[in-house]
Amino acid sequence: MNFDLMAMQAFTGLSLFTILTLMALGLAIVFGLMGVINMAHGELMAMGAYTTYFTAMFFAKFLPGLFGIYFLVGIVLAFCVTFAFGWALERGLIRFLYKRPLDTMLATWGLSLILQQLFRQFINAKEVEVPTVSWLQGAWAVTEGIALPLSRIFIIALAVVTAATVYLFLYRTRWGLRIRAVTQNRPMAGAAGINTERVDAFTFALGCGLAGIAGSSFTMLASTGPTTGQAYIVDTFIVVVFGGVESLLGTIASAFMIGQMQSWFEYTMSGSMARASILLLVIVVLYFRPNGLFASKVRRA
Amino acid sequence: MSNFNRRQFIKTSSAIAAAGAVPFPMLNIRTAGAQANTVKVGILHSLTGTIAIAEKSVVDAEQLAIEEINKAGGVMGQKIEAVVEDGASDWPTFAEKARKLIEKDKVASVFGCYTSASRKAVLPVFEKSKGLLYYPTYYEGLEQSPNIMYTAQEASQSVIAAMEWLMKNKGKTFYMIGSDYIWPRTTIKIAKAVLAKGGGKLVGEDYYPLGHIEFSSVINKIKGAKPDVILNCVVGGSNVAFFKQLTAAGITGKNQTLLSLAVSEEEVSGIGADNTADTLTCMGYFQSLKNGANDKFVKAFKAKYGAGRVVGDTLECGYIGVYLWKMAAEKAKSFDVEKVVAASSNLEIDAPEGKVKFHASNHHLWKHARIGTFQADGQVNMIYESPLIEPNPFPKL
Repeated sequence: MNFDLMAMQAFTGLSLFTILTLMALGLAIVFGLMGVINMAHGELMAMGAYTTYFTAMFFAKFLPGLFGIYFLVGIVLAFCVTFAFGWALERGLIRFLYKRPLDTMLATWGLSLILQQLFRQFINAKEVEVPTVSWLQGAWAVTEGIALPLSRIFIIALAVVTAATVYLFLYRTRWGLRIRAVTQNRPMAGAAGINTERVDAFTFALGCGLAGIAGSSFTMLASTGPTTGQAYIVDTFIVVVFGGVESLLGTIASAFMIGQMQSWFEYTMSGSMARASILLLVIVVLYFRPNGLFASKVRRA
Repeated sequence: MSNFNRRQFIKTSSAIAAAGAVPFPMLNIRTAGAQANTVKVGILHSLTGTIAIAEKSVVDAEQLAIEEINKAGGVMGQKIEAVVEDGASDWPTFAEKARKLIEKDKVASVFGCYTSASRKAVLPVFEKSKGLLYYPTYYEGLEQSPNIMYTAQEASQSVIAAMEWLMKNKGKTFYMIGSDYIWPRTTIKIAKAVLAKGGGKLVGEDYYPLGHIEFSSVINKIKGAKPDVILNCVVGGSNVAFFKQLTAAGITGKNQTLLSLAVSEEEVSGIGADNTADTLTCMGYFQSLKNGANDKFVKAFKAKYGAGRVVGDTLECGYIGVYLWKMAAEKAKSFDVEKVVAASSNLEIDAPEGKVKFHASNHHLWKHARIGTFQADGQVNMIYESPLIEPNPFPKL
């Protein structure tokens, strides 16, 4: 293996790390902070992807001159749409199920099937083509032998910006403070005058919105179709569980480790074997650390 | 009640009487017709679930064929009545619906299934209940049921021709990549045997789970291995990711020979024609084929379902399946399954893919393998057409 390939493979690892981070951030908030197992998380990503698709169609039809920036608008819109959907979902369904995690799982799984069928029925049973804007096509040739795809560089930047924003939001703003207060001690936070119901809705919606951002940006890498979400959901859960729920930094660290493993395993063995090896390692780690790699020490009742 | 005068009463009551009167005679005609002048067939595909992506349009093609046949007078003077069932991308559901179609609806024939898994699930039902299935998807072979007619190519009919052509025209070193299940594995196994016989060299072989969306590592491996040809047996949504990521990494049809065995015109609309441009594909049928039967087929399909629709290999195989059944039934002068199957031996059809015919005994079609280049508009420009290839579902490797 020569230097060029090694450099590109390192970049692949980095790219995978950021992709997994983007995928898992939303779920880390919904599952990690709120304890809601949202099986429809993948479909929310698909919703973000479809929003981007419709934005592209709108720009192509009405604003062809500005088509170059449609993707940025698409990402913002994807966040808004999935955020709004998440809010409605929390108010309409999830909040009745907070004390019943198994029912939540079933309900959200049903929701994921319903959403898939709605996409199939009303948008297209086939995958739709989301065009990649011209400035993100192709690769950046660092040297003659090293070419780094621009789309992946963009996703790395997007992941950094999103993760940083989420971190600052949670730890440097009043809303973030409220969210942390409610997730740590609900009755106490309520007693201190925090409207816990609104915080719940907002937190859930935020997690959904992040899924929308992820789904939107992945249109550059993969397909956009009714079952797109299914391709993401397993990895997303693995990253969050492996990192240890209730720990955002754990999620990011876990995304890093799984990303590196995936990139090197896939390079040294066949794709399916690589996948099996990763799952095996995850199982071994969870056997010894059932709460995940970076479980915060919480006293449980 | 005071407002309810006699005139209104007459008006209302006669309207009710009229409304009631009309449907009755119509109903009578219909039930009478169903017994005497129609023959029932089943259409069994996934309309919901993951595989619906591919199967829904096959249903369209089969219904188009049925409509055309009915317009032309039906089969032996009987109109075809289609019973459509949803296999829901779930194999036990396929088996259950197949049983329902054969035993309850008593259909003369079923057009259906897409994945090999669904076919394997319904096979025992068809064999036990003496049903008849026309199967429209190119598949791995290694099967020959007395109750199934296979209207698409089995693996050896496309991959052997493709490999021989590639080694003659494009080079001898190959990187083979596929989704991880029986069709790509069998196809690549055959491809490797052809490669070894022709003195070629395999520089890499990779399988990814179905639905996998991350191909950057394998793209780096390909870059390191520098093969003359990439043989692509990736299936379904994964192809979108594979092609997009290849293009982003600077590997395109212009600087690398890549031949796909599971990408037809239909898949291109999801992948994006930019990403597939100048890559090769090998199929039995292309929408762009120039012949009378195909012009008619494409025109009729677009007229019925919209000008934006494209047709691909599986669609065409579903379409000719209905015609092959009609011709066999007419030749046998019976809808009896055994007689229809017997009449299918050597049965020839002037199909959109050209003249093809059933093998004397193995239930598969003699087919052309065709290789073409994807254009910027997603259509295929054919560059090679093999002579008719004998189907051989159990190839000796």
